[in-house]
Amino acid sequence: MAIFLTKDSKVIVQGMTGAEGMKHTRRMLASGTQIVGGVNPRKAGTTVDVDGTEIPVFGSVAEAMEKTGADVSVLFVPPAFTKAAVVEAIDAEIPLAVVITEGVPVHDTAAFWAYAGSKGNKTRIIGPNCPGLISPGQSNAGIIPADITTSGKIGLVSKSGTLTYQLMYELRDIGFSSAVGIGGDPVIGTTHIDALKAFQEDPETEIIVMIGEIGGDAEERAAAYIAEHVTKPVVGYVAGFTAPEGKTMGHAGAIVSGSSGTAQAKKEALEAAGVKVGKTPSETARLAREIIAG
Amino acid sequence: MDLFEYQARDLFAKHGVPVLDGDVIETAADAAAIAERFGGRAVVKAQVKVGGRGKAGGVKLAADPQDAVAKAEQILGMDIKGHTVHKVMLAQTADIKDEYYVSFLLDRTNRTFLAMASVEGGVEIEVVAEQNPEALAKIPVDANEGCTPEKAAEIVAAAKFPAEVADQVAEVLQKLWKVFIAEDALLVEVNPLIKSGDGKIIALDGKVSLDENADFRQPEHEALEDKAAANPLEAAAKAKGLNYVKLDGQVGIIGNGAGLVMSTLDVVAYAGEKHGGVKPANFLDIGGGASAEVMANGLEIILGDPDVKSVFVNVFGGITACDAVANGIVQALELLAGKGENVTKPLVVRLDGNNAELGRKILDDANHPLVQRVDTMDGAADRAAELANK
Repeated sequence: MAIFLTKDSKVIVQGMTGAEGMKHTRRMLASGTQIVGGVNPRKAGTTVDVDGTEIPVFGSVAEAMEKTGADVSVLFVPPAFTKAAVVEAIDAEIPLAVVITEGVPVHDTAAFWAYAGSKGNKTRIIGPNCPGLISPGQSNAGIIPADITTSGKIGLVSKSGTLTYQLMYELRDIGFSSAVGIGGDPVIGTTHIDALKAFQEDPETEIIVMIGEIGGDAEERAAAYIAEHVTKPVVGYVAGFTAPEGKTMGHAGAIVSGSSGTAQAKKEALEAAGVKVGKTPSETARLAREIIAG
Repeated sequence: MDLFEYQARDLFAKHGVPVLDGDVIETAADAAAIAERFGGRAVVKAQVKVGGRGKAGGVKLAADPQDAVAKAEQILGMDIKGHTVHKVMLAQTADIKDEYYVSFLLDRTNRTFLAMASVEGGVEIEVVAEQNPEALAKIPVDANEGCTPEKAAEIVAAAKFPAEVADQVAEVLQKLWKVFIAEDALLVEVNPLIKSGDGKIIALDGKVSLDENADFRQPEHEALEDKAAANPLEAAAKAKGLNYVKLDGQVGIIGNGAGLVMSTLDVVAYAGEKHGGVKPANFLDIGGGASAEVMANGLEIILGDPDVKSVFVNVFGGITACDAVANGIVQALELLAGKGENVTKPLVVRLDGNNAELGRKILDDANHPLVQRVDTMDGAADRAAELANK
């Protein structure tokens, strides 16, 4: 099992014909993902040859879903057009939209998030500014490297792409049910809590690794959720203890404002909820191993 | 990006929010003509991006043009909480009857926009929120519906504005919302919003923070950047398209991915506790690509920082394979040597992930006298901290 994405997921790519879209469509296909189409209104009706696989290009998400049964869309659309592309995915009621794009204005994200709500949240949104998600050995929707880990019993949810890869690699012998990169923007679709809930319900997931970073209060709220609803062991890591106040650290959402959003507060909240929090990524991996070893 | 008060005032004026006449100067002598224009009296206000300037003596009332020059002289060059005052704004004096507070901001927690309003303005709103929370109305604003006349009326009613100003405040709220949307702001705040002696509602002081992700559709925002105040290394990095933040330590950091680099800073700071308290000197994320050129640009910035004693290159090969990164490092060092840069600081390199073995072999074969290879992140951080403490 896995969460949000399985071997049966049929994936389309919005923005497939761009440079990034092509590069990662190729990688997703190579890691076994069922890519059933691309979306580009200007190239509708054509096909694209990706290493010998002919991928049809459709004029809209709705058309792609109708013709292929697609239930996941991965978006590699430039920031200026991301809002319109996500709105299109929401209108088509595709069950999962994974927004990889970095640099989306927060007004646009707030607008498509509000729009998704007004349409009854029929589309799960992951991102923006995220690496996507992978269920190793089954499917890969986004830019997570597929060959650094194996399938197994750890569920991972993270705001950071490279820290996801680091932990996936360190724990590759144990393996992962799914790893979900939720993204580093101030407003994101799927949260730590959504992933924690899904991992708690997933029978194949035995332990959860949760990676957070400075900014906002998502980790604190996740800690409260864990205390209340999660019975599986959770190991945590928080990045940004040395980040100065008022400076954006790479991710648009990674900023300590006044006394709020600090790594220390997040670590304390997680520990109070019974989460073992590592001081470094390697120590976090070690803590996970100790729990698995019993 | 946070703006100065005078820049916020300009944006308010542009979108019809009522403000008083004002002008910004950098030379005290220029204050006289402006005060003259206001009829003699003026308020002289330090332009700093930090709160509490009034208590620090950064706001003074000038009785006449000569006094305005004197007050501007006092304030220019003043240090307010570590911020040097390079500019002062002269504003018309106001006859203040009442002080209110209004703002629109991004509510990260609830993933929506939020209006906040209070009839207890003129003090720090955090203080009101803590000591008298029922005096601060918080009303969510749907990103797609916006601040309609109905929403503005709802905010006004929730904050219990007096009936005689309700319509005016509602109108100001709608104009302020225009600033928020049209300028891609993360925050627009008016504090105080005043009622004057003749019953007019005026934005007396304001704060605006803009979303840099929207720069591609806000060409006018570039001019609002405070380039003079930017750290020269940060400015040079920005010109090269690098994501760099200067910090106050001794270990230069280069890594790929924002989360990994943040984590690298922490791990170096922990390691530094054992090595004379050395700390990370910077945040630098060279992104997923990590090409030789980007690596060279990054190294050039970091080696140009006189505080840096050692450099820690921490790369996890995910999409980019480690052999490409290793080649990038070797070529970057050659590039810098070719440019006549005197590279003398030791580099600790940790490569892990895809093709790590190949990458490590490339570094070993290159056998550069300054490059040391350590294969774990914690071990490499420890080594870099040790070298910085020599």
